Amino acid sequence: MRVTDRLARGLDAPICLTWELTYGCNLACVHCLSSSGRRDPRELDTAELFAVVDELAAMQVFYVNIGGGEPTLRPDFWDLLDYCVDSSVGVKFSTNGSRITPASAARVAGTDYVDVQISIDGADAATNDAVRGDGSFAMAVAAMEHLAAAGMRGFKVSVVVTRDNVDQLDAFRSLADRYDAQLRLTRLRPSGRGADVWDRLHPTADQQRQLYTWLVERPDVLTGDSFFHLSALGEPLPGLNLCGAGRVVCLIDPVGDVYACPFVLHEQFKAGSVRDAGGFTGVWRSSELFTSLREPDSPGACASCGSYDACRGGCMAAKFFTGLPLDGPDPECVHGHGEAALLHATRPLVGAGHSRSTPVLVPLTRRT
Amino acid sequence: MTAYALHPQVGLRDERFGALAYHYGNRRLTFLNDARLVDVVRTVGEYDDVAAALDAAGVPAAARPAYVAALDRLRQAEVLVARD
Repeated sequence: MRVTDRLARGLDAPICLTWELTYGCNLACVHCLSSSGRRDPRELDTAELFAVVDELAAMQVFYVNIGGGEPTLRPDFWDLLDYCVDSSVGVKFSTNGSRITPASAARVAGTDYVDVQISIDGADAATNDAVRGDGSFAMAVAAMEHLAAAGMRGFKVSVVVTRDNVDQLDAFRSLADRYDAQLRLTRLRPSGRGADVWDRLHPTADQQRQLYTWLVERPDVLTGDSFFHLSALGEPLPGLNLCGAGRVVCLIDPVGDVYACPFVLHEQFKAGSVRDAGGFTGVWRSSELFTSLREPDSPGACASCGSYDACRGGCMAAKFFTGLPLDGPDPECVHGHGEAALLHATRPLVGAGHSRSTPVLVPLTRRT
Repeated sequence: MTAYALHPQVGLRDERFGALAYHYGNRRLTFLNDARLVDVVRTVGEYDDVAAALDAAGVPAAARPAYVAALDRLRQAEVLVARD
């Protein structure tokens, strides 16, 4: 059996997992996967966080991708980082950069076990701030300056590829190079608030081909295996080219709920909670959802397509949130099969999550 | 002859297909798809040279060149380090 086939059947412990520490965020990006904004009063407390780390260490999980919300807003964030490092659980945390001061940058640079990922969504302030909010580009660049000055090498600059920034790939690369950082590109998912902007911002078919060619020529650009649906365009992109949801990765949300992946924060993909009797280990090893995800996939409507072995039908989350059947084409199927299916799709209802309710400012005018 | 040791920044985790090796410095994940190779990787630092490590793991003579090549690739991937 090939390694990827074995991985598709699931491992006794995740290779890595995403752990969102808080729904609180000082930004309100239009495509936020977790619809973050306000903290949730039920978020795991410090002792519960440490107990999760103990489990991850016992399962020999190599590292966690910590995110949010903005994880650094939690007062116990740096204590958690120390606890992970002391437990030999590596950390890569995603941040908008707002709390990366010269002092915290030095702290991060001081250990191999901690890596940072600064999120930007445009190579200039205008493009970036349209998605992430006013001042967010300057904030991210300041964080990169602090990290570089502290001697941190190879940190990640993480970009969600959109219709508006796909022409800036070279500029993103130069920006990352300037700080001795690594560029990481990921896919725009119609998850969380992303559902509201996906139609307008997801790359066009031509842009997908442009992105694929660019990535094939630059195998050192990281993608978190995000674009495996593009492998149907030709030679496979570097990486496992496999959906790892519930098989080799998963997500723990701020209140301890465990989901199949970071892009499916929805009841249907919730496997359990770290607060359940068996803890995270029990959810990972015996939840009904994860057990079913480890069964061999049915290609469904994709069975007759010659590209199925390359793209494996694409991304479960992208299909689910655009209302497509899970055993059919991805909405961004490079052969256009998804576009046709989208015409008849009904999208699932999703709430506003933890988005801050923006007060609507109605100008008061006197009727004359 | 060459001698190796497991890179001090690498963690090894046993799996049904062999093992996963994760390098905490360069953050690369390597798949070891052969149980005997995993044995060699785990113990290679205890022997004076690669030949002794392969002997101890019971690698048959005919398979040696393949194991020597695999170990060299693992050194290039920084899963192993060369020792004097």
